Amino acid sequence: MKPLINSLPETVFTTKVDDLLNWGRASSQWYMLFGLACCAIELMQTGGPRADLDRFGAVPRATPRQSDLMIVAGTLTYKMAKRTKLLYDQMPDPKYVISMGSCSNCGGLFQLAYSVCKGVDKIIPVDVYVPGCPPRPEALTEGLLRIQDKMMRERWLVKSPRLGNGAEA
Amino acid sequence: MEAKEVYLKLETQFPGQVGDFKGDVPEPYCSVSPEGIVAVCRFLRDDSNCKFEVLSDLKAQIVLKVDLPRDHPTVPTLEGVWKVANWFEREVFDLFGVIFEGHSDLRRIMLPEDWVGYPLRKDYVEQEEYDGISTQRAPLVEKLLR
Repeated sequence: MKPLINSLPETVFTTKVDDLLNWGRASSQWYMLFGLACCAIELMQTGGPRADLDRFGAVPRATPRQSDLMIVAGTLTYKMAKRTKLLYDQMPDPKYVISMGSCSNCGGLFQLAYSVCKGVDKIIPVDVYVPGCPPRPEALTEGLLRIQDKMMRERWLVKSPRLGNGAEA
Repeated sequence: MEAKEVYLKLETQFPGQVGDFKGDVPEPYCSVSPEGIVAVCRFLRDDSNCKFEVLSDLKAQIVLKVDLPRDHPTVPTLEGVWKVANWFEREVFDLFGVIFEGHSDLRRIMLPEDWVGYPLRKDYVEQEEYDGISTQRAPLVEKLLR
């Protein structure tokens, strides 16, 4: 009997387990709908047919318990900050955060106001910051691709901390 | 009714309680003493010529200003005149710290319950942190603010 790899040369691929796992995860990032302000409109556009985030396997979920990725889109107030932390804690590991737009990066235009949180990174760890006010769908897509890059660098079969994720290292 | 007519009516009805009328501005106003505000508003609502049937008539026709001391701002509630004043007075309490005596539910309406201070006051000082979250801005912004 001939070895399998010789009998089916065109259809069999070899890979590393890490790469296979990461490829699967990076290609199905379910992001939580977390629109807080005008950036949410751009987030909807990104999910819409023209930018089409779906082609990267990213689909919106309405609950944190089914999500891998939180896209914080909009102005974060202190009142909302508590809820944001709670939702982040409800997401299953491994989880990632994109901070979308100036407001969630640093408070943005409204950072002089008394009620606005000066950046979502004050309460939860952020993986990718997308600048802009608001960022175009292309920019947010770029952010998602950077998250994918980060996922592909991770190693699961070694005992050392996961590589590539600043939140864990 | 013109703002001037309303004012003259109030002046004859409540001598010594109203004053400082200014009519040549987009929103004509006059001042009212804290003790007289409820009676003045009830009169404006019930008088057959004024007919201030809703709270927004106040700003649309004449603005009533009440001067209060900064260290103890207390004024009777208008909830008994216009029921809708409830939420507006909560808003003023929330942001300016004015205490409405006799208000049925004087709590903060927009800010969190554990907020310290009244942020729209000129002497408001921002806290170092809220609920463990630092209020520090980016270094460049902090530098420009100073």
